Amino acid sequence: MKPTNIQNPEYFHKVVDCQYACPAHTPVPEYIRLIAAERYTDAYMINWESNVFPGVLGRTCDRPCEPACRRGRVEEEPVAICRLKRVAADNKGEVKHLMPQGPFPSNGKKVALIGGGPASLTVARDLAPLGYEIHLYDEWAKGGGMMRTQIPAFRLPESVLDEEVNYVLDMGVHTHFNTFVDSMKEILDKDYDAVFVGTGAPSGRALKIPGYEEGKENIQIGIEFLANVAFEHTDKIGKKVIVLGGGNTAMDCCRTSKRLGADDVHVIVRSPRKDMKASPWEIEDAEREDIIIKNNMPPKEFVIEDGKLKGVLFGNVRAEYDENGKRSLIPTGEPDVFIEATDVIIAIGQDNAFPWIERDLGIEFGKWDLPVVDRTSFQSSLDKVFFGGDAAFGPENVITAVAHGHQAAISIDLFCKGKNVMDRLPPMTNLVSQKMGIHEWTYDNGIAHDLRYQVPHEDKAISLKDRKIEVELGFDHIAGFKEAQRCLNCDVQTVFSHSLCIECDACVDVCPTDCISFVVNGEEEDLRTRLNAPAENLSQDLYVSEPLPTARVMIKDEDVCLHCGLCSERCPTAAWDMQKYLYNTTKTYTHEGAGVVG
Amino acid sequence: MSYVKPLFHHPSLKKNKVGYVKADYEGVISTLCAGCGHDSISGAIVQACYEISLEPHRLAKLSGIGCSSKTPTYFLSNSHGFNSVHGRMPSITTGANMANKELIYLGVSGDGDTASIGMGQFVHAIRRNLNMVYIVMNNGCYGLTKGQDSATADFGSISKAGSDNPYQGIDLAGLALELNATFVGRSFSGDKSQLVPMIKAAMAHPGFAFLDVISPCVTFNNNKGSTKSYSHVRAHIEETSIFDFVPHQEALTVEYDKGTSKELELFDGSKIQLSKLAPEWDPTDRFSAVNRLHEAKANGQILTGLYYINTESEDLHGKLGTVDQPLNKLQQEALCPGSEKLEEINASFR
Repeated sequence: MKPTNIQNPEYFHKVVDCQYACPAHTPVPEYIRLIAAERYTDAYMINWESNVFPGVLGRTCDRPCEPACRRGRVEEEPVAICRLKRVAADNKGEVKHLMPQGPFPSNGKKVALIGGGPASLTVARDLAPLGYEIHLYDEWAKGGGMMRTQIPAFRLPESVLDEEVNYVLDMGVHTHFNTFVDSMKEILDKDYDAVFVGTGAPSGRALKIPGYEEGKENIQIGIEFLANVAFEHTDKIGKKVIVLGGGNTAMDCCRTSKRLGADDVHVIVRSPRKDMKASPWEIEDAEREDIIIKNNMPPKEFVIEDGKLKGVLFGNVRAEYDENGKRSLIPTGEPDVFIEATDVIIAIGQDNAFPWIERDLGIEFGKWDLPVVDRTSFQSSLDKVFFGGDAAFGPENVITAVAHGHQAAISIDLFCKGKNVMDRLPPMTNLVSQKMGIHEWTYDNGIAHDLRYQVPHEDKAISLKDRKIEVELGFDHIAGFKEAQRCLNCDVQTVFSHSLCIECDACVDVCPTDCISFVVNGEEEDLRTRLNAPAENLSQDLYVSEPLPTARVMIKDEDVCLHCGLCSERCPTAAWDMQKYLYNTTKTYTHEGAGVVG
Repeated sequence: MSYVKPLFHHPSLKKNKVGYVKADYEGVISTLCAGCGHDSISGAIVQACYEISLEPHRLAKLSGIGCSSKTPTYFLSNSHGFNSVHGRMPSITTGANMANKELIYLGVSGDGDTASIGMGQFVHAIRRNLNMVYIVMNNGCYGLTKGQDSATADFGSISKAGSDNPYQGIDLAGLALELNATFVGRSFSGDKSQLVPMIKAAMAHPGFAFLDVISPCVTFNNNKGSTKSYSHVRAHIEETSIFDFVPHQEALTVEYDKGTSKELELFDGSKIQLSKLAPEWDPTDRFSAVNRLHEAKANGQILTGLYYINTESEDLHGKLGTVDQPLNKLQQEALCPGSEKLEEINASFR
């Protein structure tokens, strides 16, 4: 293998698994250390700079970082990254003075944002400080988009959302709430220099099986139901509720029903449990509230009696997978099952919908009636129109929408300055030794052996009474500290200088996870079998040195490195050094004091 | 500064035949200087014990005084151990061995502990062919007292302070050969591919197995001009052969060319495989081994690998005709058969 090029910004970035997996690439270990140091405000600002909604995401994020966490590969469970983010948000001090302070001198450009959700708000935050005049349009009375309409208040208190939405709106954004944009042409006719579409995936799928028309009055679409509850247009539901679907929306619908007066709530999913799209912790929380989840039962018919919905008839299936993993649901032949219901909520998916974009404007639409959008620039085929969030490539999640927003903002800024939108800057990176003295590091390199801490919950008897009572209580300072200590500090990199190495083997002997080997070089496939411990995780790179005096090379398997620094402590020549790698995706602005700490 | 090792291990560590992973053979974190050769030898001992599927309670580690003699703390935490008086490790081992022949005895000593204060003990253990592995972690200096030349420092070797050694160094492996030790070899802490199989073979050898392991003192004797620095040893190393140890009932995995290879069967059925050996050297011929060593020295080379093995070795228990059972397992009636038996014995002398 060729020596690893650690100058490539992506090499060490990939070692920080959580940050790499995060769509917005939030520097996770950096803020976790600050939480352990009780510097909650600083931890919050690192988050805010990167993901705009730390308080919201600390409660509701899909957490792609956690399955990626290295801790999950050496121990049972990953670090509770998401809930630690909440610790920062809950305990922070005054942060507003750390954010860009308006009013911002105008640069003479106007940008329209359609939709007031996380993607648009991110664009607003990134562009407003540069002097853009931002006009944000939303059909609802307040900003936040799906964070407000689809995430129930018992998971995300309104005050938390309001606070973080307002940090953005307070930067001088011109809001046009209660304004449903029904024509793109009208927007384009106003003299905006650029338009950003962040309208999400607002169309919930219906399920038109027999009985739908007759039972319509008691059959609702999940995301519409949640929005109506959020804006208090709906405040009750029947005693027996069936929710159809196995995603997170289904989980929110069933738990909301419980709080609106339903006694008996079923979630019926046509696929097996392991194929359910809902996050495991959302399923767990629903079941804790005595919601019954049944799998392998596709709905066949809404049963109507005397013109009124009586329940739903379900078939029975089992899942079979062909060699490509493609699933088919085979009827088992067991008799159909009738489940009684006063109300049914359909949460089987949602789609993008752009009936308001006229098709003769030059905005090209492709497969599934999605706009044709460039994956890097988020520009559509009409150069002044940009898309982001769920509106761009279909339903994802909040953190992805934020990531899109940052990139779209860069493009809009470049576009408005008459520059090429593909002319993008590389990430900001910094690699600094953490050595403070002999065997002394700036970070706590002792490995905590604690198992993952559980977030305490509000008493069920209390939380089920009021949909606005938050279920999760968050870690207190002590649990937050202990959980933070579980972080392996994967951003503190083991950097090897081949010219200093005397091949004494001290690092090999001390490494608790047998990551380091000195071997004769070869092809990667062969090398992976010849190391001190087999390097079977192909998604993790091998760090290969230049040839050493004995004609061997140092090979480190990054997979289960604990970043404990023992290799550096036992190295007599400082050929190993622990160096902190900070990686920040470039944004349109980097405000002083935000994100760059220590 | 880390005082404890993390408890996490590589998730796909393989268990050996007795159900242990390599980490089960480790000790506490070393307090020796970073980069000390001794730590590599500890690592090689851990590796060897893991590979031969030794149950840790079957081994006793004994040592004297010195940097080297601290190392038993850093390996085999689950084995028996005795940290004895300076230079007196061989007599403690002799006593332990006489009392219980069922254990494997691993003596760890240094160049001061063996070649100076413990020289008398060392040569007598060889003379008796005590069944033990005797490892000297040889760094040519007194690391614990800031690097004065030891008795094994080579003539002319330059110390860290800049003076060259005016005295002749004692070659412990040469001395062991001279005293007819039944297993003699030399290795280098920085060459685990050779050291690990040599430790395994030494443990399988029934008798006194001596390993002189050059182990650079990274703090006091790794300077330019030192003949025991990492770079000097690497530049002057000359192997007697490629050495491999094949435990009893395991198949040979590598076929070597007949003309330049040799296979030796040990008492317990395990095998030593040697390849690429020098034409005029036979590991079972002591004279050829002595010649080979002198020849290498004359060429300024550091000869490593197995020097000599007596495959017919009879250890001290054999010479003394001791009972098979360890003393602590002998019952009252065997130890004190009673006055009737005494009468019988006395009668036989009349």
